[in-house]
Amino acid sequence: MPAEKQQDQKEKRTQETEEVQPDQEVVEQGEEIKEDLDQILDEIDEILEEDSEEFVENYIQRGGE
Amino acid sequence: MTVPTIMGTETEYGISVKNARDPDPVAASTLVVNIYKDRGIKGITWDYDQESPLMDARGFVSEGETDIPDQENNSLINDVLANGGRYYVDHAHPEYCTPECTNARDLVKYEKAGDLILDLSRLAAQELLPTNQEIIIYKNNSDYKGHSYGAHENYLMSRNVPFQDIVDGLTPFLVTRQPITGSGKIGAENGASETDYQISQRADFFETEVGLSTMVARPIINTRDEPHADEALYRRLHVIVGDSNMSEFSIYLKVGITAIVLQLIEQGVVGDEFRLSDPVLAIKTVSRDLSCKESLVLEDGRKWTPIEVQREYLELAHKHIPTDVSDVVSDVMKTWEFVLDRLDEDPMSLDRHLDWVIKKRLIDAYLRRHSLTHSDHQIRMLDLQYHDIRPNKGLYARLLKNGRVERLLKHEEIVQAINNPPVDTRAYFRGMCLQKFPNEIHSASWNSMIFCTDDSSLDKILMDRPHFGTQEMTGDLLRDCTAAELVQAVLTSND
Repeated sequence: MPAEKQQDQKEKRTQETEEVQPDQEVVEQGEEIKEDLDQILDEIDEILEEDSEEFVENYIQRGGE
Repeated sequence: MTVPTIMGTETEYGISVKNARDPDPVAASTLVVNIYKDRGIKGITWDYDQESPLMDARGFVSEGETDIPDQENNSLINDVLANGGRYYVDHAHPEYCTPECTNARDLVKYEKAGDLILDLSRLAAQELLPTNQEIIIYKNNSDYKGHSYGAHENYLMSRNVPFQDIVDGLTPFLVTRQPITGSGKIGAENGASETDYQISQRADFFETEVGLSTMVARPIINTRDEPHADEALYRRLHVIVGDSNMSEFSIYLKVGITAIVLQLIEQGVVGDEFRLSDPVLAIKTVSRDLSCKESLVLEDGRKWTPIEVQREYLELAHKHIPTDVSDVVSDVMKTWEFVLDRLDEDPMSLDRHLDWVIKKRLIDAYLRRHSLTHSDHQIRMLDLQYHDIRPNKGLYARLLKNGRVERLLKHEEIVQAINNPPVDTRAYFRGMCLQKFPNEIHSASWNSMIFCTDDSSLDKILMDRPHFGTQEMTGDLLRDCTAAELVQAVLTSND
């Protein structure tokens, strides 16, 4: 195997190793954001108008201004 | 030559009656506006004599008819508010106009007070409807079917500024401010190119560069020349190209930076160097560019991103607006820079600040959770419901309550602004007269108050200088006088 290729593979392995060991802080931040969003998505599920299909269809305004 | 900053906004709200068989938006709008007249300020009409909506800033009067209601309808569809603002039925929408303000922070407060006024009206009107029906009011600009209703901004300017300077200097700014001012929208309208999500609610409706109309073939620069003030000294620039904003932060920056740029134009330091080769196309390009990185072609061939254009204006502001001019102006400039930096790095990092980003974050997450596409009705509903003014149902309102979006004002400050005018413009005189002399005022407008202090005559007080009539100038008079004495004192001093 040419040296260049070996080097490539080595770099690739290093990258892979990095990928399986992500920064713990970033993971925690990511999880916090996801939890935070999950909570508001739960709320949206609760309060989104029922019959949204019909409602959106029927929401017709006259132009104003 | 610059004039004092005076500005205000007009918001037309979307209105719908859920479960009504044949909902009539005019009747619903009239109901909510009328029912609000419960504070003893009744029967005061709007003084249409002061209006001239067909006067064009390019120096001619446009043909057409102005729609002036008779006395009964005038009173039915108009309310002059204790805070100096106006609340009325415009076509098929309830519309709230803030009182005149001198700074961006006050204007946010008075615009948000309008949302509360609409909600109070909605609750009161609800009592008169069958229990299965519900009035729903949206602070947005489109029904997603090609019908748009406006969010207009008004800025007092010196009459000395040639109108062409405004067209040249302001158009590129208005086109490129969208990443700051947009409220976000699913889909395209009015024949514009398809897109899943775009930054502005309004961009698709703009078809010309300059013109008088606000309802068809809308222009980026509106030429209505109706200063509501001394026309020899002032013009009122009527900016019709913006979105309605839910976010306090978006409103604050929108009006704050626009007022600054207009001052630069008044000072003569913005020329035609930023003119875009095709502003009508560019407004749609910018609205569809969620990365804020797509270059626009300037008339001289240079290619700049919208953020680069905004930075040029900011640099001029740093150079020509004194930093000690006011706390609000200096804060607006800092905030403007902060937002441009963030938009450059990662627009999504503004998901607590700007409406279109806040909404996009919600939509993206909701799409993933339920494996939906942008054209699904749940996503369209989510988009619309972001603008619902009901505190328990509106998605923006829920985010605000849960501390997920930036807040500039305390809720109590906004509540206070419902019934108290700003102290530093003629809105103070208007609002306080209405509160103190509700039975002696016959009608009012932006620049007039008509008193009826005896049976024989009406007396009109003209208020042609928007920065007069302040608490400092009229507070003592208003406290100590009867209505008749006030009229006497003001009319005599005018002689």
